Amino acid sequence: MIFSADGLGYAYPRAAEEVVRDVSLNVGAGQVVVVVGPNGSGKTTLLRLLLGLVRPDRGVALLQGRPAHTWRRKDFARTVGVVAQREEPVFPLRVHEAVMHGRYARLGALRGPGSADHAAVHGALARCDVTHLATRWMSTLSGGEWQRVRVARALAQAPAALVLDEPTANLDVRHEMDVFELIVSLVREQGLGALVVTHHVNLAARFADVLVVMHRGRARAIGAPGDVLTREVVEEVFEWPMEVHAWRGIPQLTPLRIGEERT
Amino acid sequence: MRWWVLGVVCLLVLVGGVLIGPTAISVGEVWQAIAGRGDHATVGIVRDLRLTRALLAFAVGGSLAVTGAALQALVRNPLADPYLLGLSGGAGLGAVVAVSLGLTGAWALPMTAFVGSLLAIVVVYRLAIVAGQAIDPRVLLLGGVVVGAFAASLMGAFIALSPAAEVRGAMLWLLGGFSGASWTTLAVFALYAVTPLALLFAVGRSLDLLALGEEPARLLGADVERVKRTLYVAASLLTAAAVAVAGIIGFVGLVVPHAIRLTWGHTHRRLLPAAFLVGGCLLVVADALARTAFAPLELPVGVVTAVIGVPVFVTLLRGWQE
Repeated sequence: MIFSADGLGYAYPRAAEEVVRDVSLNVGAGQVVVVVGPNGSGKTTLLRLLLGLVRPDRGVALLQGRPAHTWRRKDFARTVGVVAQREEPVFPLRVHEAVMHGRYARLGALRGPGSADHAAVHGALARCDVTHLATRWMSTLSGGEWQRVRVARALAQAPAALVLDEPTANLDVRHEMDVFELIVSLVREQGLGALVVTHHVNLAARFADVLVVMHRGRARAIGAPGDVLTREVVEEVFEWPMEVHAWRGIPQLTPLRIGEERT
Repeated sequence: MRWWVLGVVCLLVLVGGVLIGPTAISVGEVWQAIAGRGDHATVGIVRDLRLTRALLAFAVGGSLAVTGAALQALVRNPLADPYLLGLSGGAGLGAVVAVSLGLTGAWALPMTAFVGSLLAIVVVYRLAIVAGQAIDPRVLLLGGVVVGAFAASLMGAFIALSPAAEVRGAMLWLLGGFSGASWTTLAVFALYAVTPLALLFAVGRSLDLLALGEEPARLLGADVERVKRTLYVAASLLTAAAVAVAGIIGFVGLVVPHAIRLTWGHTHRRLLPAAFLVGGCLLVVADALARTAFAPLELPVGVVTAVIGVPVFVTLLRGWQE
C-alpha cells in the first residue's frame, strides 16, 4: 500500500468536534481513489493528514508503512507528487522553471540540475502535452494549461503516487475530462497510485477504481462506484433529492428540482 | 557572458571609487600605491583611506542587497528590505545602546546589533502573521516601518543623552556612512558577514520554493522551518554587521533585487550572487556621490540611497496595488 489510513481522527485546535472521524482507507499502486463529499465534509483535512501536514489525534496515516507526519519532507516529495488546490507565487515564473521545482527533492544542496533532471522535466512536459508552453510565463496560461503544467511538475518528482485536490475547479467540460483522462492514463501507464479530491461526483464515478464518500467527517461509504453511489447514500450525504441512473453500468447522479417527480 | 560583464563593471566601479576624492590621483599611481610603491602620502591615502572605504562600501552594499532578496522570498513580498522591515533600526539601536553604555569594542559591536535586528524581525514577522495563517503584506510593511521608527527614536534619545565620545558620529548611525572605514572595520565586517552570506547562498534553491508559499514549499520537499530559521539568523547577522560598520543605509535591499529580477529573473541561485555584485557597485557609487556632491562637505550615504530608493519604492507600491 502507498497510503493507508486507519481510524483517522482529527480536530482543529479549540474546535469541539472532529472534522475527520474514524476514517480508514487505502491507496495502492495502479489504483485511482477518488474522495467526494459536500463542502465541509472533511475532504481537505483528510488530505492534509495523509500528506503529513498535520498530525492525527487518533488513528494512523501511513505512507509506505510509516506515519506520514514523521517523514522528512524531502523523502516525502520523492514519493508523492501533489497538485494542491491553490497556489499564488509572488514572483513570475516560466513553465520550465516551475516544472524544475519538481526536481528540488532530488537535487543536492549545492549542485545545479544535471542532465537527469533536465530529462525528467522534458519528459514530464511532453507527457502532459505542454512542451510548447515551456518558455511561457505561468501567469499567462489558461486554467487547463496551468493545471497540466502542475501535473507535469508533480510528475517531474518521479513519485510513486499523485495527490490532487480539486484538480478541475473552474475548468470547462473539455478540460475537466482532459485532466481526469491524463491522471488515469498516468496511473495505468506508470503504475502510480492516485488520490483525487473532487466535487464532481459524476466524473468521479467514471474514473475512480475506489470511491470514498465523505459525510460530516466520516467515510460514509467506500468501494466501487457502482456499489457506493446508491440513492440512499447520495441523498443522505448531499442532503438533496437525487435520481441515480446507470450509464453503461456506471451510476450517474441527477439532482431533482424542487417539486420534480422521480421518473 | 553576463557574469563577465558584471565582473568587469564591478572592477571599474571599485577603481573609480578609489580614484575619486579630494586629492587627484591617477590610475597609474593607484596601482603603484596598492603595490606599495610611490610616495608615502599617496600610498596612505590609497591603501588605508580610499581602498578600504571602497571595499567596505562594496561589501556592505552587496550584503544588504542579498539580505533584501532573501527577505523578499521569506515574506513573499517584493517590497521587503532590511530597512523597511525594521531590521536595520533594531541593529542600530542595539549598537547605539551598547556604545553609549560603554559596553563593547569594534569586534563585539555587530553582536549587540545582531540582538537588535533579530528581535526586530521576529516582532515584525509575528505581527504580520494574522490569525496564525498567512502573512498580511500590509501589516508586515506597517509593522516594519513602525518598529524602525521606534528604534530610530530610541536611538535619538540615547545619542542625545549619552556622554560617550563614540556616539558623536550620530549621523553615521542614523543615516549611514563609510567615514569610519579601515582595515579593522573591513575585517570585522568580513568576520561576521561571510558565514551568513554562505548560508543564504546555500539555501538559494529553497528560497525559490518558499516564494511559492510555505505549504507548496513543504510539499515540494523543502524543510521550511529550517530554511526560515536560517533566514532569520542570516538576515539579522548581515544587517547587524552592515549597521555596525556603516550605520543604517536603506533601500539597497529593495532596489537591487528588483532591478535584477526584471532582467535576470527570479531564480535565487542566480539572483543572490548577482544582487551581491550589483549592490556592491551601487553603494560604491552612492558613496562616491555622497563624498563629491557637496565637497568638501560629505552627505550621509543613506541620504543618497534614499533619494534613489524612495521613487523606486513608490513605483513598486503602485504596481503592487494593481
